Amino acid sequence: MKQNKHIKTMKTRNLCESAKKGGCGECQTSCQSACKTSCGIANQKCEKSSK
Amino acid sequence: MIHQYKMAGHNIVMDIASGAIHEVDDLTYDMIAEYQGAEREALLASMRAKYPDTPYEELCEVYDEIAELAEDGQLFAEDTFAPMAGELKARTSGVVKALCLHVAHTCNLNCSYCFASQGRFHGERAIMSFETGKRAIDFLVENSGTRRNLEVDFFGGEPLLNWDVVKQIVGYARSIEKEKGKNFRFTLTTNGMLVDDEVIEYANREMHNVVLSLDGRKEVHDRFRKDYAGKGSWDVIVPKFQKFVEARGGKNYYIRGTFTHANPDFLADIETMLDLGFTELSMEPVVCAPGDAMALTDEDFPIVCEQYEKLAELMDKRRCEGCPFTFYHYMIDLEDGPCIYKRISGCGSGTEYMAVTPWGDLYPCHQFVGEEKFKLGDIWNGVDNTAVRDDFASCNVYAREECRDCWARLYCAGGCAANAYHATGSVRGVYEYGCRLFRKRLECAIMLKIAEADDAEDEEE
Repeated sequence: MKQNKHIKTMKTRNLCESAKKGGCGECQTSCQSACKTSCGIANQKCEKSSK
Repeated sequence: MIHQYKMAGHNIVMDIASGAIHEVDDLTYDMIAEYQGAEREALLASMRAKYPDTPYEELCEVYDEIAELAEDGQLFAEDTFAPMAGELKARTSGVVKALCLHVAHTCNLNCSYCFASQGRFHGERAIMSFETGKRAIDFLVENSGTRRNLEVDFFGGEPLLNWDVVKQIVGYARSIEKEKGKNFRFTLTTNGMLVDDEVIEYANREMHNVVLSLDGRKEVHDRFRKDYAGKGSWDVIVPKFQKFVEARGGKNYYIRGTFTHANPDFLADIETMLDLGFTELSMEPVVCAPGDAMALTDEDFPIVCEQYEKLAELMDKRRCEGCPFTFYHYMIDLEDGPCIYKRISGCGSGTEYMAVTPWGDLYPCHQFVGEEKFKLGDIWNGVDNTAVRDDFASCNVYAREECRDCWARLYCAGGCAANAYHATGSVRGVYEYGCRLFRKRLECAIMLKIAEADDAEDEEE
């Protein structure tokens, strides 16, 4: 976490930057794990980052 | 766009387009809320009136910190992604990377809330043959392009009613994966009734993930999850699941429950799962027709939200005590999560993900099986219903008017097409109740990440 006096900023993937290198499509299919009835993608790891 | 909220003593500001997340003090929280479009001096005067005891210099300091983040693209960043929507799908058009194999359209339980109508998916009972399963694997390999990781979920009905075929399909896939340059990841979803030592040993060797259906408290579970004689299944499956998970030795699993109008107080069910020794948990709101007696109501909504917050508090407490557990919907990967293409292109149903019926028909996903008009084609001849495929291919965050203004859009990718269809009659509709629950869960998930980061910082100090 980056800390200023009043604002602490979490370490997050910069989405604008991810536009430059992303889109390989190797990531998990959204509904293919535990839910099967509701979709979310934020819990999925990027296959590139995890390598 | 930003989203601000307060939870469990944390003031949280999310910058939607950049993905940045900030924790701020009260003064900063209020100033950020009024920052956009305001003149510096007018905003400082407004804050001075609200915080009369705060020195003016400090107000300026806060303003400057906000301005710096805005300048740096971490606050009020513009969403410029709309032109990219559909790009990923266009680039990977025709590539399939995951199949849900309905190996058994039959079940040994008779759960009244089952979206699959006791495994039959509104049709006749049926079992997938090995030949069909083998062809499904070949179809996947043939249509997967350069994708290496391929996912196959054994689903039903109850897949253990066709266990020998499941093993044959796995064996076949393993026999070709090297030469084809693929890596299969199998998942087994089961109600547990037929789990035995042999199933445990095989699944723990071959299945990347297992999803074990348990609703929590015995009385809650047994209310719906009964056999055909009307007897609850809790006593039979719980010891099997405990053995299964223990033998899994840390490999992926989920205990997956469903909560309904009968138990909006589902935290008690999560606690039961924990008491039974399970730590990887998922609890899903029921999917059923609007107006169904089991459907969650507007009256349930505040109860469910409160339960989600209490669940987050429990998770935080257990993490601090050194006995953490996982809740599927609170898993969020802020640093290594999906890229923007994934976040705007939707779940992949009907394009990169399809369901295969026991007789080899293709549907956009498991929840559309049995809805004849959504049949895409079959595993021998491929997709011939291009109208349906194109409809799903055009589903993305920016295709839904409601999503454009939603702060959670880059975390849900536009939501579930099946839920949207069942709620509105269109795959490009929005299941508003589900969206409201999603947003609540996301707020909880991010709060937990912040609490964890705060603690890590305290420890460092």
